[in-house]
Amino acid sequence: MPTAAKTGNEAMAEAMRQINPDVVAAYPITPATEIVMIFASFVADGLVDTEYIPVESEHSAMSACVGASAAGARVMTGTSSQGLALMYEILPIASALRLPIIMSDVNRALSGPINIHCDHSDTMAARDFGWIQIFSENAQEAYDNLIQAVRIAEHPKVKLPTMVTTDGFIISHCLEKIEILEDAQAKQFVGERKAEVSLLDVEHPVTLGALDLPDYYFEHKLQVAEAMRQASQHILEIAKEFEQQTGRKYDLIENYKLDDAEIAIVALGSTAGTTKAVVDELRSKGVKAGLLKIRVFRPFPAEALAKALANVAAVAVLDRADSYSAQGGPVYTEISSALYGKTKAPKLINYVYGLGGRDVTIDDIRGVFSDLQKIDKMPTFNYFGVRE
Amino acid sequence: MPEEDISKYLRLDKLPHIWCPGCGNGIVLHAVLRAIGKLQLDQDKVAVVSGIGCSSRSAGYVDFNTLHTTHGRAIAFATGIKLARPDMTVIVLTGDGDCAAIGGNHLIHAARRNIDLTVVVFNNSIYGMTGGQSSPTTQPDDIAATAPYGNLENAFDLCELARASGASYAARSTTFHATQLPLLVEKGIQNKGFSFLDVITACPVYFGRMNKMPEAVDMLKYQRDNARNIKQWSTMTDEEKGGKFVIGELHNKPAPEYTDLYAALRARLKENK
Repeated sequence: MPTAAKTGNEAMAEAMRQINPDVVAAYPITPATEIVMIFASFVADGLVDTEYIPVESEHSAMSACVGASAAGARVMTGTSSQGLALMYEILPIASALRLPIIMSDVNRALSGPINIHCDHSDTMAARDFGWIQIFSENAQEAYDNLIQAVRIAEHPKVKLPTMVTTDGFIISHCLEKIEILEDAQAKQFVGERKAEVSLLDVEHPVTLGALDLPDYYFEHKLQVAEAMRQASQHILEIAKEFEQQTGRKYDLIENYKLDDAEIAIVALGSTAGTTKAVVDELRSKGVKAGLLKIRVFRPFPAEALAKALANVAAVAVLDRADSYSAQGGPVYTEISSALYGKTKAPKLINYVYGLGGRDVTIDDIRGVFSDLQKIDKMPTFNYFGVRE
Repeated sequence: MPEEDISKYLRLDKLPHIWCPGCGNGIVLHAVLRAIGKLQLDQDKVAVVSGIGCSSRSAGYVDFNTLHTTHGRAIAFATGIKLARPDMTVIVLTGDGDCAAIGGNHLIHAARRNIDLTVVVFNNSIYGMTGGQSSPTTQPDDIAATAPYGNLENAFDLCELARASGASYAARSTTFHATQLPLLVEKGIQNKGFSFLDVITACPVYFGRMNKMPEAVDMLKYQRDNARNIKQWSTMTDEEKGGKFVIGELHNKPAPEYTDLYAALRARLKENK
């Protein structure tokens, strides 16, 4: 398999080139700009067959994506933070119309105050819009996830828009060696979109987005929820197929040295990589530490998580977004719900960390593991890396 | 030859600024500060509002009431300030992408209301901060990061857009015309109504490098060689106007201002009580 040095953004642009979508509509925003900017050069050089629309705002970008996807096209876009926020109005429309739009979202803190660095507040605020959400730990995963996202979104039993995220700058701008599928192999893997209905099918005219009052709205929302629940098994099937092609294994979650772990951290994105380094260090000293990385946040893998954490004594859930006075950050609240009522469950504590790109060091993670060793003395809700 | 010391208007502890070598933004900001100095405005009665982009960093560098907002929305935030405090001078510092793409809707509606804002567009024909993508003022055939073989879209004539939308004052100048620029800004601030200033500025690092003007001087020469003053412009044929642009005061037609109308309505309704 060919290898190349790519940043997270370049890796995602490369995946887009191989996917060769019919339509891309996007608007520049740091730190995601490069993805579509590189892709624009592919369009200009005739390397893809894409209609590329440099629209005047993210609101227009997602609207154009909805229109093109409703017309049966395979559609992609990329954005970040405020750009994603400007799309919020359209995101639930994409899922309600069951349009398998694929998005690269580079996680960046929401304004204000204005900030361009990584946290997960943008993606987490979009968690209830009916989009599948897949987090990446590094550039390789960003590439792999984006390729798989096409199949996931367009699966006939799923038909839901899908966003693949990377961590702003930490992944988006860092150069890594990654493995890339052969073009033909990628093309075969993603196949062609077969839309069930299309606005361009003039022989069979349809109406999309019609008024849906109390008579049917609820049923349509239930269908989105059902599709989201169904999606888990199809994500696993597609991951298996991807593994056969690449040897790289994907699941809804990744358990790292978790089987016999007594203390563990749950993390998403690049922090999982930092945590792995600390787990290795602690293991070499005889401490039974582990990591549970959440790859797929929507659909939320509650069962898999509860099972994986059942035998761990103490767990710290790391949230790179705050939910201001809720019972923990968004990841923590999901996990504590998933564990509620289980006879075998760990003691849980929560940390909100890394907001606005505050650096996450090996020392920070060591600190969390050390807190876990005295969990009985710890408050449930904590922060690290912040001046108080 | 700076006529007046504008350093009192700067937050000197926030300098140096982030703008690239050769960027014209400093010239534009300097012109705005000179106009404020000339008018001897009370520093505490001036609000400077910006959006997102290179130009919008200005709000952080100047010592007035300042508000750095979201991409495209500076005019909307400024409208709120003006309505709450009609006695204040409200100045919007924005860029072509900020003002005419993502924020285009706010521009035309604020102009339509003729609300007393002075909007200064740092027009560099490109999204500079994100690396040189085409904007609504990128001319056809110009090269941009998202248009490597030339831009296919038409560009806005921003002064025409503002005038047609209802602005009572519209002017254009460039960073080459550094003596004309503050005078036009000054008149814009003095106009009681929506004042629009389209300032052609240089982004040699992104726009220039992609368009055979990699040095700041190249871009200033471009401005010098292609700008035509309004008097001369009116005598030129369409053919002669090709590739050139007009500078100067392009529109000045005082009209009832929104916060005045609002205050008058309130007074009338109170009287009738």
